[in-house]
Amino acid sequence: MAGTLLLVGATSDIGHAVAARYAEAGWRILLAARDPERAQRNADDLAARYRAEVALLRLDILATGDFARWLDGLPALPDTVVCAVGELGDQARAEGDLAHAEGVMRTNFLGPSLLLGLVAERFAARGSGAIVGISSVAGDRGRGSNYVYGAGKAGFTAFLSGLRNRLAKSGVRVVTVKPGFVRTRMTRGLRLPPLLTAEPSEVGRAVYAAAEGRGGDVVYVRKVWRLVMAVIGAIPEPVFKRLSL
Amino acid sequence: MPVNAALAAAPAAPLTAPPATPPATPLLRPVSGWGGYPRAASEMLAADAPETLPALLRGRRGVIARGGGRAYGDAAVGLRTTVLTGALDRIRGFDPATGRLRAEAGVTLADIVRTFLPGGFFPLVVPGTQFVTLGGMIASDVHGKNHHREGGFGAHVEALTLLTPDGVPRFCSREQNPDLFAMTLGGMGLTGTILDATFRLRPVESGWIVQRTRIATDLAAMLEALEQDGDATYSVAWIDGLARGSALGRGLVYRGEHASGDLCRAAGRDLFPSPPPGRLTVPPGWPAWTLNRASVTAFNALYFRRGAAAGSPGLVPWHSYFFPLDGLRAWNRLYGSRGFVQHQCVVPRHGAGAVLAEILDRVARLGTASPLAVLKRLGVCGRGLSFPMDGYTLALDLPANAATFALLDALDRRVVAAGGRLYLAKDARQTRDTFEAGYPELPAFRDLRRQLGADGMLASRLSARLGL
Ligand SMILES: Cc1cc2nc3c(=O)[nH]c(=O)nc-3n(C[C@H](O)[C@H](O)[C@H](O)COP(=O)(O)OP(=O)(O)OC[C@H]3O[C@@H](n4cnc5c(N)ncnc54)[C@H](O)[C@@H]3O)c2cc1C
Ligand SMILES: NC(=O)c1ccc[n+]([C@@H]2O[C@H](COP(=O)([O-])OP(=O)(O)OC[C@H]3O[C@@H](n4cnc5c(N)ncnc54)[C@H](OP(=O)(O)O)[C@@H]3O)[C@@H](O)[C@H]2O)c1
Repeated sequence: MAGTLLLVGATSDIGHAVAARYAEAGWRILLAARDPERAQRNADDLAARYRAEVALLRLDILATGDFARWLDGLPALPDTVVCAVGELGDQARAEGDLAHAEGVMRTNFLGPSLLLGLVAERFAARGSGAIVGISSVAGDRGRGSNYVYGAGKAGFTAFLSGLRNRLAKSGVRVVTVKPGFVRTRMTRGLRLPPLLTAEPSEVGRAVYAAAEGRGGDVVYVRKVWRLVMAVIGAIPEPVFKRLSL
Repeated sequence: MPVNAALAAAPAAPLTAPPATPPATPLLRPVSGWGGYPRAASEMLAADAPETLPALLRGRRGVIARGGGRAYGDAAVGLRTTVLTGALDRIRGFDPATGRLRAEAGVTLADIVRTFLPGGFFPLVVPGTQFVTLGGMIASDVHGKNHHREGGFGAHVEALTLLTPDGVPRFCSREQNPDLFAMTLGGMGLTGTILDATFRLRPVESGWIVQRTRIATDLAAMLEALEQDGDATYSVAWIDGLARGSALGRGLVYRGEHASGDLCRAAGRDLFPSPPPGRLTVPPGWPAWTLNRASVTAFNALYFRRGAAAGSPGLVPWHSYFFPLDGLRAWNRLYGSRGFVQHQCVVPRHGAGAVLAEILDRVARLGTASPLAVLKRLGVCGRGLSFPMDGYTLALDLPANAATFALLDALDRRVVAAGGRLYLAKDARQTRDTFEAGYPELPAFRDLRRQLGADGMLASRLSARLGL
């Protein structure tokens, strides 16, 4: 059954691929971005390819005080909400520049968690809905090369896990997505191992299948990531701390 | 209106983001075109959105755009920096009432067909592979098997947004910035980076082509058959590049018409078939010796007899008709690590027979395999550096080596002496002399580049080699 999707982080390549999968299935799409003008090309793309009904909205994930009013102002409470907001940041800079570190943490953890928490309240009251948070394998274990980002994602993953646990019996589905490497703007210019790197469209399909299909609570887009992270998780800390990761 | 005034009058969109200082020592990677020859080092930069491209390019010189990388030679290899347009893949609007499509320049032809054919729309002009981008099709003003009727791809482009070297995106059409528009069609990326374009799709009732195959036993019969096809929607000939003597120029002529819905339904066909997944890929490091004279002779003989057996019209799905080579991924590796070149010339219609006979004969004598020899009729002449002119175009694949180059130098001179020219999208090696002799609008193109401040800013290996 086609419903309404709210995508938060509408300029994201991953987010766009998710919206495309929903539009293909006939859903109405609400796109939220801090700068809706830059999301216009994505809105156009959905309308031109799938004849989807698309609306653009403005939302800054750091403006947490506006969330309640903003949600009340939506044309209708959506059926599914996907949050693709995130910021990789610059680890080296974050080590000395507290404002930068704080921005990365807030963008990956605080904003998305508070927004989805509020959505969950409304979904629970209605007794239906799916909530999808795009987190990251970087949150599974902190590594020297990106632990500020990783910590933000770890917090977000824990928040989603708790939300899922609390709402398990309420008819509200909560999905955590850990995409692994994805070829997007965020990773452009990095050398990524092909077998571990997904196209945004794979993430789109995985999200749709997990949220609207038979379900999945924690989704690793490419299955090998589950193995990779199991191995990384199993390394004893005295060894792990000496690795350059 | 002089170009400068036109540029000044054009609305200048605001620039976003502060200048990014290019690194003093950029990371270089070896790049080549589809033929694998020549290979040169270039900084690779990926665009991420049209609006951030000006900031990405600011302060950089020797830049060229690269779409699908299907140009054979060095056209899409930046002198210093190559800009990948793959992320500019959004479709901006489609009107089913008119077939008018607006899309970003990195959208591939495969994507366009996959998206719009099921709704009954197909591009008016397509090249022989779907792995090209909209930007590449415009920059090479590509021709299809219907140039004699529809002209080049550029003829169906209504407008485009061009990022000129000053960092300003400009709207260009036949009314606004008309010179810039005309020179950008076929301009090989040397007038600016195309950000998006508006063009037409044609309505079609099915994804099938009614194909009629005829045999031509020699070159005269071949040219005669192509002339007779003037009323055909599509027409193309395959030539047995190894046949000599009285069989010189023998081959098959394929005429094609879009199949009506009724015909396909009567034949029990799915109206809009999808191409097979096509998982067959030539692996890296394929030995070039597999492509020798014997294997190509056998291949050609087989092809020729099979075609001779055909005769009556048949229904062929769009992908096999327009893009037969796309079924075998990375087939360019067949030529091995030294690569290959495609020689594609056009010669004016009158007197074409003698020139084509000489080319075919000398290539056959060379004895190196050219499994692909394609002959097409071209119609009206384009502007600027656009390749097509009223005449015949012949394309041959040859391994990149000294013997090939020596022969092609001689053939190039013969082609331009006959008033013809060589296709820049295929070129990897022609000299400045043949280039200058073949493109009479070159001075005007150079003037425009000067006015745009493009000299030194926008440069490919091709433009540097040809002194553009
Ligand atoms: C198997 C095969 C069959 C072919 N058949 C035909 C045919 O039938 N007819 C024909 O005409 N051609 C044919 N070609 C050639 C091909 O269509 C052209 O080379 C085309 O330009 C390739 O598009 P691309 O996106 O791969 O461009 P690239 O190879 O990446 O670039 C080609 C040129 O376009 C420029 N360019 C690319 N994107 C932009 C942009 N956004 N803005 C400005 N400039 C840009 C580049 O700078 C370069 O000069 C064939 C090629 C192959 C491999
Ligand atoms: N690419 C990968 O390999 C990868 C791997 C694992 C997880 N992820 C996660 O996947 C998600 C999508 O990433 P992506 O790869 O598609 O990269 P992206 O294009 O950089 O997406 C990040 C998105 O977050 C938005 N955003 C940042 N700060 C915001 C704010 N204050 N308010 C509103 N929106 C804000 C960005 O909007 P602007 O355009 O306005 O900046 C952008 O839409 C992210 O959460 C990322 O962490 C990506």
